[in-house]
Amino acid sequence: METLLNITIYLPLLGVLAILLAKSDEAIKWIALAITSLTFAISLPLIFNFDVASSDVAQYVTESGPLVFGLDIKYIVGLDGLSLLLFMLTTFFGPIVVLSAWTSVKKHVAGFFAMLMLLQTGSLGVFASLDLVVFYVFFELTLIPMYFLIGIWGGADRIQATIKFFLYTLVGSLIMLVALVYVGYNAGNVLNDGVFLTDWRMLSSMDYQLGLVEQTWLFLAFSLAFFIKVPLFPFHTWLPYAHTEAPTAGSVVLAAIMLKMGTYGLIRFCLPMFPNAMMEFAPIIAFLSVIGIVYGALVAMVQKDVKKLVAYSSVSHLGFVVLGLFALNTIGVQGAIIQMINHGLSTGALFLIVGMIYDRRHTRQIEDFGGITSVMPIFAVFFMLATFASIGLPGLNGFVGEFLILMGAFTSESIGNIWFAIVATTGVILAAIYMLWMFQRVMFGPVIKEENKLLKDLNAREIGLLIPVMIFIIWIGIRPTHFTQYSEHQVEVLLEEAATKRASILEASNPSELPAWANRLYDITPNYAELSGEDTNE
Amino acid sequence: MAEYVWLIIAIPLAGFLINGLMGLSSESYRRQKSVIGWLATVAVFVPFLISLQIFLSMNAGSEATVVRLFTWIEAGDFTSEIAYRVDQLSILMALVVTGVGALIHLYSMGYMKNDEGYWKFFTYLNLFIFAMLNLVMANNLLLLFLGWEGVGVCSYLLIGFWYGDIKKSAAANKAFIYNRVGDFAFLIAMFLVFRTVGSLDFDVIFSNLDLFQGDLAFWVAVLMFIGATGKSAQIPLFVWLPDAMAGPTPVSALIHAATMVTSGIYLITRFSGLYMTSPEAMLLVAVIGGLTAIVAATIALTQHDIKKVLAYSTVSQLGFMFLALGSGGFVAAMFHVVTHAFFKACLFLGSGSVIHAMHHVEHELEHEGKDVHFDPQDMRNMGGLKEYMPSTYKTFLISTFAIAGIPFLSGFFSKDEILAYLFNAGLGEFGAIYFALWGLAVVTAFLTAFYMFRLTLTTFHGTFKLPTKFKGAENAAKYLHESPASMTIPLWVLAILAIFGGFMGVPEFFVSTFTGSESNVNWLYNWLSGVTTRAAIILPLGVKWILVAFAILVAVAATIIAYKKYDNDKGEETDAAIKQRFGGLYTTWEDKYKFDEAYEASIIRPGFKLSDRVLAVFDIKVVDGFVNAIGSIVQFFGSLLRFVQTGVIHTYAIAFVLGVILIIGLLIF
Repeated sequence: METLLNITIYLPLLGVLAILLAKSDEAIKWIALAITSLTFAISLPLIFNFDVASSDVAQYVTESGPLVFGLDIKYIVGLDGLSLLLFMLTTFFGPIVVLSAWTSVKKHVAGFFAMLMLLQTGSLGVFASLDLVVFYVFFELTLIPMYFLIGIWGGADRIQATIKFFLYTLVGSLIMLVALVYVGYNAGNVLNDGVFLTDWRMLSSMDYQLGLVEQTWLFLAFSLAFFIKVPLFPFHTWLPYAHTEAPTAGSVVLAAIMLKMGTYGLIRFCLPMFPNAMMEFAPIIAFLSVIGIVYGALVAMVQKDVKKLVAYSSVSHLGFVVLGLFALNTIGVQGAIIQMINHGLSTGALFLIVGMIYDRRHTRQIEDFGGITSVMPIFAVFFMLATFASIGLPGLNGFVGEFLILMGAFTSESIGNIWFAIVATTGVILAAIYMLWMFQRVMFGPVIKEENKLLKDLNAREIGLLIPVMIFIIWIGIRPTHFTQYSEHQVEVLLEEAATKRASILEASNPSELPAWANRLYDITPNYAELSGEDTNE
Repeated sequence: MAEYVWLIIAIPLAGFLINGLMGLSSESYRRQKSVIGWLATVAVFVPFLISLQIFLSMNAGSEATVVRLFTWIEAGDFTSEIAYRVDQLSILMALVVTGVGALIHLYSMGYMKNDEGYWKFFTYLNLFIFAMLNLVMANNLLLLFLGWEGVGVCSYLLIGFWYGDIKKSAAANKAFIYNRVGDFAFLIAMFLVFRTVGSLDFDVIFSNLDLFQGDLAFWVAVLMFIGATGKSAQIPLFVWLPDAMAGPTPVSALIHAATMVTSGIYLITRFSGLYMTSPEAMLLVAVIGGLTAIVAATIALTQHDIKKVLAYSTVSQLGFMFLALGSGGFVAAMFHVVTHAFFKACLFLGSGSVIHAMHHVEHELEHEGKDVHFDPQDMRNMGGLKEYMPSTYKTFLISTFAIAGIPFLSGFFSKDEILAYLFNAGLGEFGAIYFALWGLAVVTAFLTAFYMFRLTLTTFHGTFKLPTKFKGAENAAKYLHESPASMTIPLWVLAILAIFGGFMGVPEFFVSTFTGSESNVNWLYNWLSGVTTRAAIILPLGVKWILVAFAILVAVAATIIAYKKYDNDKGEETDAAIKQRFGGLYTTWEDKYKFDEAYEASIIRPGFKLSDRVLAVFDIKVVDGFVNAIGSIVQFFGSLLRFVQTGVIHTYAIAFVLGVILIIGLLIF
């Protein structure tokens, strides 16, 4: 099975070679489709054979010896409860994304599909790696193909969009890199006789306890990179540009997979390594998430470009995910994990759908449409389903995540104030407003524009690529436990360990050695006062 | 028997799936209208029979049966199941939903016969029944919420059924969004309930009701009630319901009169135990119900659109039901839910029959080559229809008598019960307010009888006015005809129910006063006694009778006055006279108290402006501007290194990768 995991990760990379050797554009497309489909097929045994009862232990692990002389950086990949579903989501979207670009990509076809394949390997690597350095390499690797996808095959303002996307995420990553190297040396000193160490399994264990001051700085550095990726308000402004300018396939991968790397990073690395900082910063992050939810929704409401609207809706939806993560209870975190998948499916579907009318009309302006339902009835059904999934209608996938997140946040100790959840819940009203209003303007009313009167309804390829997404949208909506079961146990274990670790670190910290801000932040000044007997005079 | 409850839910779902998938994929199936129509109707009628069977196997003392299908959502301590509860309350609702639902399906087969979207209509209708049954049969709040939002979606789809008309789809959006405001509160209520008892299961909640005390009970009750004001169209969220009349008339009858809009009343009745612990919340429910009842009734008085009158009437009657809830008359509220379902569905279907006929006239005139355009829903174009549409007329009249509260028809009993509870509450806490509400309710009852007879008399009595009002429509009358049997049969069934339905809840003292002994005549009261609580009635027997006499007097007086003022084509004259008499007040009614305008001016437009002119600009100028500013600073330093900037993306990428490797290298060694 370990081999299967590695094959899944690197098969797309092999596909790059095949594509570069292929003779015709037609052949390239078929190769890409075959490779991604095969990748998906090969990945299926990974979920079927996954041991749910021990989801907290990485499975199908491959572990190499040290890769670099003198450092304990090892190639470690495996899947556990946190990564399994995201990994599967990535392989699942592979063929769908290829199919979505079937006719719309006309220039440099080989380059385009090669980039998609490269992106696939990068994304799979991100979710499978269990070594911080390996993770980082894959994390950065995904940037390059996305950069080219937007920069070469994107819309009119693609250059500006790519540069913003690239620099913005790069800045975050570089700061994270510095923090990562610190962690590697620090962990090496603590656990590995001074040899640089970045094995996640060691870093997340009880043995590796970072002091409060270090945790604070490292948390800020790591989470900044992740927050930019998510993106969390106010680090989101690269997203609307990138989404609007990206070709459909790029937008789909960006929304469905790449944004999740941010939220995934938070739960994978920040929670086990910086449990105290996670806890103390939770109210602030919750605050930003809630702003993102409401603000993203309000800005989405007034967009004139469908794609931009969906992009801002992502800001709002991912605000929910971050809120759930920082609730730091099983309900909230489980909600966040399933919501990552849900957002991938429903927003992925929305970008696919927007791409389909863009291919026909070469415009994304809402005002250029109207009454499309009467000319494209099949399209209307898919669009409506995706819209209601995005709105969070019970019975479809989006509701499950949103509900758990909000209930988790409402009962969360780390967030500590029900008002965050209450304000976040207004997101359900706002989502209905911006989505339904958009839907109405695009799909309902009379067909006014001549160009729209002769639009062709979806063809077999388009229906075929949407149906699998819709199946999961409904499946998760009705039987979410089939999916949430994979992470349930691990989330419980992680949260429990984080709590123990948090208490142990607090106990071990000597207030008199901490700077005043840290005492205040971690609320240990009273102890300090007691210990030093300062308040005995009062 | 109760274990077959899942069939009640599954069959409409199967109907939805079959018609939906077949219709979507096959052009020829879409043309099989009788197959589609009958399939959908049977898919509701069979569940009705099963419900009836279950109902007959139960008695007032039967324990609730819970049928668990599977776990729906689970995380940490939270579990919620797909589980259905069969008890006296849910089976009563199921009977109403499937019974009235089946009749309306049958009616729709005639009404929608010539519509292109026939298959879609029945698909949505089956989906609605499925969602509504989930709402009333659910054994936990979350599944109830699935039904709650599900019926909202069906309502959205059916209001905007003729989506080519942008106004209709706007009405659909409005309905969904106003409902979502209520749902927001419902969600918070669920969070509070979960935080308090650790579950959303009815059994757990009901056995832990003592954990809800003081403020907590108040807030849970109020939040649920806000949810109810959305779904059941109460102030401040009622404005969507009149607009919802944009949907086909059978939809107005089924969803926006008989079933969906009563969900809020069902919800509060289900939680009667919780509400009884918070007198303040009860008061709020009653006050909102009372205000809604009078506000909607006065608006109904001024409307000319036959469906709009019925829509405001529905809002007003729902207000009545909330008055009952707020004064502790939970059974009385359910009683009115049931009787209202009969007579209001009948009235709406009757109006549909009329509109159908008027459309036909317009169509035939057009056929004649006469270009006559008129509003087929404006009652001022009607009059004298009783000659041409006897069944529609008779059933409409019967239902009007029922809603007016004329003795021994269904509305009489249920309305009386509500007035009695209000008066009774006047003797308890917040007595003065409850007395005032009782007064308001009596005035509303008077208005109800009055505007309903105004509607009936203007539509069916007098002379047919279309020929005199529109050039070219002189011989329009010859095209008027009664609707087909598929439409009149449901009308008659509902009319008969509207006559006799009240006998399920004859007040006990009606009999015991004369026989001098306890009687079991109030069947509904006994039936629901195990599943609801209620305020104790402390009224003396004499007062009860005086109240009844007074209510009869009010209803009869309103009827007589309406006959005098509206019979024989005196309608427009009388409307003008009332307008003159009430002046500015009448204008307020006509303007519907400007609720829509107020929301537009205070929330919708400012909210949009804030988003459009402030936030969207802020996002580009400030948030992104800040990022760009940092970028510029970097660029300044970068310009010192201009020579490496080739402007070719590839170079940057390679440089980037090299850079990363270099940095890693530097840091490591």
